[in-house]
Amino acid sequence: MFVSYKWLQQYVDLTNITAKELADRITKAGIEVESVEVRNKGIQGVVIGHVLEREQHPNADKLSKCFVDIGEGEPVQIICGAPNVAKGQKVAVAKVGAVLPGNFKIKRAKLRGEESNGMICSLQELGVESKLVPKEYADGIFVFPSDAPVGADALELLYLDDEVLELSLTPNRADCLSMIGVAYEVAAILGRSVKLPAIELHENSESVHDYISVRVDTPKDNPLYVGRIVKNVKIGPSPLWMQARLMAAGIRPHNNVVDITNYILLEYGQPLHAFDYDRLGSKEIVVRRAKAGETIVTLDDVERTLTEEHLVITNGKEPVALAGVMGGANSEVCDKTVNVFIEAAYFNGATIRQAVKDHGLRSESSTRFEKGIDPARTKEALDRAAMLMAEYAGGEVIGGVVEVNTLQRKDVVVTITLDRINNVLGTTITKEEVAGILTNLQFTFTEENGTFTITVPSRRRDIAIEEDIIEEVARLYGYDNLPATLPVGEAKPGKLTPYQAKRRKVRRYLEDAGLFQAITYSLTNEAKATMFALETAEPIRLALPMSEERSVLRQSLVPHLLEAASYNRARQVENVALYEIGSVYLANGEHELPNEKERLAGVLTGVWHAHVWQGEKKAVDFYVAKGILDGLFALLGLENRVEYKQAKREHLHPGRTADMLLDGKTIGFIAQLHPIVQKQFDLKETYVFELDLEVLLKAEVDNIRYTAIPRFPSITRDIALVVDEHVVAGELQKAIIEAGGELLKDVSIFDVYKGDRLPEGKKSIAFALRYYDPERTLTDEEVTNVHEQVIKAVEQQFGATLRG
Amino acid sequence: MKERLQQLQQEALEKIEQANDLKALNDVRVAYLGKKGPITEVLRGMGALSPEERPVMGALVNEVREVIQTALEARQATLEQAEVEKKLAAEAIDVTLPGRPIRRGNHHPLTRVIEEIEDLFIGMGYTIAEGPEVEKDYYNFEALNLPKGHPARDMQDSFYITEEILLRTHTSPVQARTMEKHQGRGPVKIICPGKVYRRDNDDATHSHQFTQIEGLVVDEHIRMSDLKGTLREFARKMFGEDRDIRFRPSFFPFTEPSVEVDVSCANCGGHGCSVCKGTGWIEILGAGMVHPNVLEMAGFDSKKYTGFAFGMGPERIAMLKYGIDDIRHFYQNDVRFLQQFNRV
Ligand SMILES: [Zn+2]
Repeated sequence: MFVSYKWLQQYVDLTNITAKELADRITKAGIEVESVEVRNKGIQGVVIGHVLEREQHPNADKLSKCFVDIGEGEPVQIICGAPNVAKGQKVAVAKVGAVLPGNFKIKRAKLRGEESNGMICSLQELGVESKLVPKEYADGIFVFPSDAPVGADALELLYLDDEVLELSLTPNRADCLSMIGVAYEVAAILGRSVKLPAIELHENSESVHDYISVRVDTPKDNPLYVGRIVKNVKIGPSPLWMQARLMAAGIRPHNNVVDITNYILLEYGQPLHAFDYDRLGSKEIVVRRAKAGETIVTLDDVERTLTEEHLVITNGKEPVALAGVMGGANSEVCDKTVNVFIEAAYFNGATIRQAVKDHGLRSESSTRFEKGIDPARTKEALDRAAMLMAEYAGGEVIGGVVEVNTLQRKDVVVTITLDRINNVLGTTITKEEVAGILTNLQFTFTEENGTFTITVPSRRRDIAIEEDIIEEVARLYGYDNLPATLPVGEAKPGKLTPYQAKRRKVRRYLEDAGLFQAITYSLTNEAKATMFALETAEPIRLALPMSEERSVLRQSLVPHLLEAASYNRARQVENVALYEIGSVYLANGEHELPNEKERLAGVLTGVWHAHVWQGEKKAVDFYVAKGILDGLFALLGLENRVEYKQAKREHLHPGRTADMLLDGKTIGFIAQLHPIVQKQFDLKETYVFELDLEVLLKAEVDNIRYTAIPRFPSITRDIALVVDEHVVAGELQKAIIEAGGELLKDVSIFDVYKGDRLPEGKKSIAFALRYYDPERTLTDEEVTNVHEQVIKAVEQQFGATLRG
Repeated sequence: MKERLQQLQQEALEKIEQANDLKALNDVRVAYLGKKGPITEVLRGMGALSPEERPVMGALVNEVREVIQTALEARQATLEQAEVEKKLAAEAIDVTLPGRPIRRGNHHPLTRVIEEIEDLFIGMGYTIAEGPEVEKDYYNFEALNLPKGHPARDMQDSFYITEEILLRTHTSPVQARTMEKHQGRGPVKIICPGKVYRRDNDDATHSHQFTQIEGLVVDEHIRMSDLKGTLREFARKMFGEDRDIRFRPSFFPFTEPSVEVDVSCANCGGHGCSVCKGTGWIEILGAGMVHPNVLEMAGFDSKKYTGFAFGMGPERIAMLKYGIDDIRHFYQNDVRFLQQFNRV
């Protein structure tokens, strides 16, 4: 909402308060003033001139030579390029020495050999936005009414010596979508009174009922419809002050009748529509829902096809307006219009919103209906419009009003105690202060023993309950005066849940292990949504995605991590190690929320470790990634419960993929990316993993229990086992541990060999076995006994032989 | 004989002094104190002495041996020391060469901000509540006093999946769910961090996915002044002890009264600068007293219970705190961006 400071002065006394100060006060009290626009953009020296003569420029087809009286002795010669300049016009003249917006200084000049002492200005040249300039002056200079005094300040006549406050209204403050509403707000803030516009209506002796009747078929959509007829109007420009106010509010002037409806819309917040009575095509107005497939050509010359959800104003046969949104072209007021039917109605917001949505048509009218208008002022607005049409369009107001009114209006009464106000706010506001605030708001109220009974005016539709009153009191009392306290009551310590605490530890661990935390988007495209997913479900699509790339919810974190790696690689960051903790979304049927599961995923590519001058350089490989996860399982106390199993998964290297199992159940995978996918993402050798974080973090683990530090020496024996090359180390190790029993404390692999020194199809794996008894020193013989059992076991189970 | 001994001592001491390495020193030892050395010879010659002279001479021989022995040891220590020093000198390294690097990642800046805020509120007795990102229209809107058709729904253009299910537009549904779980009994004191989604085109200041942290306190006797005190405490811990806050009236459907909360600009101390656009204040939070409809819908008696709620955007806070100029950085995961947050 744009509020002209000068116009506002008509309703509230703004003495001693500048536009800037007013803006600050309004903002502090709750409505944000986004800007204060000074309409005079540095203009100086522009006056009204009278074009006494106009002749063709001798050397230029498109220029005119004008002699203009600017009220300073001899008329001056001015060369003008506007096509519409003519003898007898009153125009805006920028005199020699004048300054136009952008610090453009007017100098004496010669144009094609002819002297020019100033410039005749268009509105655009005076800083008015093109879209607000009346159509007839859009391509030329602006012509003032003939009574404009020569030599007078043109800016003053155009009301450009004004400032405009731009209010940013929250949806609850629709009351401030009108000058009168803003006036009430300002009056409450300043503690001043509101002067409402005067309405003096002279009706003739005819009866409106002889001209028109109204029927409303859907009272829910339209609880109130009133109308008047003004006859014998003369269409022409509206008075300059009205045009200026419309332009200040961001509305382009058209003609007196249309301008008056817009002026009332701005003044009262009540949208009006003016029909050309003689083009209505009947003597009746029927308000009804449109028939499916019915069409209307609206004022913007667009044919619109309607549905039963749209409300239309008809002449009994066909639509003449899309109710509350836009009039029809067939009944539009035009230059030849003589008799006008003015409609003032209260339409249901939801009905209007539907039409706005379906036709992509938002207007000043529809916005107000959508947010809700004050029906108590509908009729008053109609009367004032009729009065202005009589005054400024020379019309004659027909006696009476046509009206359909099914509105059930009840006053909103709120009862609240002073204690309640202070208890909710934490303040010690007095009874008198509350009364003062309510008085400034012009709310009617009574007070007895600290209990206020307040009747809320119908313009404030946002106020219905105690809390609304508390807010009014608080904002006008001033939030700066609110004390700062802390809640009293039992103080329980806050803390993270075990899950949250563990998750933080996982993050820290991974970061200290060398990975950066990434956060990627949850929305992806159809193809990526299910790629790499540990579990898949029906993809969850948005009903109305903004783009195909962000249309489906992900089922794995890996694709976007690969994109991140690829993004980095494209920017010469070749070594990338990222992890992400985030949700994947698995559908659960159309009517249920999906299962959201928290996953941990990672991507590693490039060099893992480089310390080149000492000869160390290590590229990321499977075992780098695996080592990080091993450490993670150890951190969570799960290292002995997790197992890696060779696996095959789509998009992953068939020989370098492992599933991870916790207590025998698959919880994730770790793998090298399949070279084909690698290429798709424009990556080099890349490793990925994804884990079900919830299962990992929720797995029950014993508390830490101290075990005694070894007091006796341990004995280590090494064995190198030659086995068939398909035998995996993990299985061998498991068998060794089993066979080693109590005394075998530790088994580690220290060599793996495959090559010339072994028969084809064989490999050797070397283990170091550490034996230890916490109670005593083991003898060689005891160890040898166990060790032989171990060797026997692997011989039997795997055909392993000791490497000689 | 006595002269001979004194001469030998003199000679030996000189040679010891001249020995430049351990080998030469050992030669001296063998030469003077060895079985074939001159002192042993002198001892052998003692047979010719009278019984009175023998003990005197014996004592003298021992004395000379002792003196030589002591000199040998002293010289040996000196030579050994020199040898060690020589060896160490040869072992010297260039300490300015780079060390073996430790690979280290770090929190995403948003997590850094979120954890800091979480910890601040945990310190004030809050717990952290989490909830689904794909949410029912009921919890995202209706339970928060935004019935279907409410104009304020336009403020949060949403990604719907079905008519009843959407990507949450704020973390407030977690508040609604938590209150519901409390079955009308206070106190509730939670912080809700999480991802949220709105229909926005991604540009420097908009992101279709972003994060939010909201807080909620519901109990008997919760006052709006408690909200002010709590947020002031938060602002001071988060942005510096000399920060102040101010409330500006605003509108949110789920709170009444509603306010926007500004924190005095840390960059200029409130005098006005480019960061705060000359106002001295920076808008950080939205807040208010929980709307009675919201309390009632969650099963709380709004005559008995009151509450306050607040919400903020970690992206905005991170952008202010670290001077980040484009919200897209948070989701591109450029390592050169991420690694800037790798220290205290
Ligand atoms: Zn500043």
